[in-house]
Amino acid sequence: MEGNTVVNTVDPALPDGRSTPMKRPMSLLDYANPSRFLSFADRVIPWLTGLTALVFAFGLSQALFVAPDDYQQGATVKIMFLHVPSAWLAMFGWTLMSIAALGTLVWRHPLADVAAKTVAPIGAGFTLLCLITGSLWGRPMWGTYWVWDARLTSFFVLFLMYLGVIALWRTVEEPARAARAAAILTLVGAVNLPIIKYSVDWWNTLHQPASVMRLGKPAIDSAILTPLMIMTLAFTLLFVTLHFAAMRNEILRRRVRTMLLMKAGRAPGN
Amino acid sequence: MTALSALFMRDLRLAWRHGGGALMGVLFFLIVVTLIPFAVGPDLALLQRIGPAMLWIGALLASLLGLDRLFAVDHEDGSLDVILMGQAPLELTVLTKGLAHWLTTGVPLVIAAPLLGLLLNLDITATAAVALTLLAGTPALTFIGLIGAALSVALRRGGLLLAVLVMPLTVPVLIFGVSASNAAVSGPVPFGVPLTILCALSLMSLVIGPFAAAAALRQDME
Repeated sequence: MEGNTVVNTVDPALPDGRSTPMKRPMSLLDYANPSRFLSFADRVIPWLTGLTALVFAFGLSQALFVAPDDYQQGATVKIMFLHVPSAWLAMFGWTLMSIAALGTLVWRHPLADVAAKTVAPIGAGFTLLCLITGSLWGRPMWGTYWVWDARLTSFFVLFLMYLGVIALWRTVEEPARAARAAAILTLVGAVNLPIIKYSVDWWNTLHQPASVMRLGKPAIDSAILTPLMIMTLAFTLLFVTLHFAAMRNEILRRRVRTMLLMKAGRAPGN
Repeated sequence: MTALSALFMRDLRLAWRHGGGALMGVLFFLIVVTLIPFAVGPDLALLQRIGPAMLWIGALLASLLGLDRLFAVDHEDGSLDVILMGQAPLELTVLTKGLAHWLTTGVPLVIAAPLLGLLLNLDITATAAVALTLLAGTPALTFIGLIGAALSVALRRGGLLLAVLVMPLTVPVLIFGVSASNAAVSGPVPFGVPLTILCALSLMSLVIGPFAAAAALRQDME
């Protein structure tokens, strides 16, 4: 409870920086103050947006015009430049959510549950993107949109688990309680995800011999690897930008909620 | 210790005497398995091939069915508060409730499985294998489900949410349960490999489940 009151109370915005009597380096705990985080986010988001756009422009030009086609797969290999970064971010999202869950449960950091709540839809979005691109890639390669390939299947389970976390957030009404319930589920999921991954791999090798294409070819040519790295960076920047913006929105949303509750409390008849 | 054993006996008695809690799961299991031939046709060869998988799916659904009442009933009549205020560590209390739940819902499924195997044209090896894997695997289902039950205890429509939260986590149990059953009949891998992994999954959820469920109940009661 007490961890969340800071976020929920409507505190007057601090004038930036100057109100603090002593100048000292900002630590993570300083950003526990939502107003500080808001001013930090306001300053950072435009820069991040610009940087994301730049890296995307460069990465896309590299991926589309410079990277050669695969000698077997032709131009369809370009889907990889969307598919692989989304797959990385799908896993990155759950990792971030688990760290935030620890922040909620162990340190009761008031921003941690804001971070955990807002990362879930973004992570689910990238997982869905990974599934869709994988399925579109599968159409020319396997001749069908969906194959119960081990990688696709475990990402599908990951997607379902993201949806479960989002459902839990939406079902519990009070934010502080929802945060702790979702944190427990996130950590249980983090323990189980590797197990699910390995059991799906095991199941897959049992059912189909390794006939489908393998993404982890012995060596990816650097002409493809470099654009892939740039695209991964671009996607990660996009993820971080979206996350900052979503966190800002969530803090503002909670303030509106608190204001409405206070207004309801002041209404005549109470 | 006496408090825990009293709780254990209370849960057993309630499950046995109150509204046929234990038998309802078996009945559900029976109906699910009966529906399958209507869906896929009465081809005995096909039923024999998919039989172990269908028994496992039925058992999984049946064990999820009873879970939403595990804490919710106690929460509604207030006895959960009394239980939580007890001297024993909450993790042990939750473990006790989980064990009682498994005895009253998991074990009947194991006992019913051979009879249902007969309906699906399973031979004696396959039937024994399914029953054995269910015996090894249903604790994992119960104790993973325990987490979902604790998370959704005070929620409206908690049952549906519980299934959504828990089912993805049961994927490994289903995979190794079914492949162990199939391995006993035809499979390329020896029966022991998936069975031991299944036991490992059960033991692991026996540890993780009570801790996570106790944490969830604590945050709920604050």
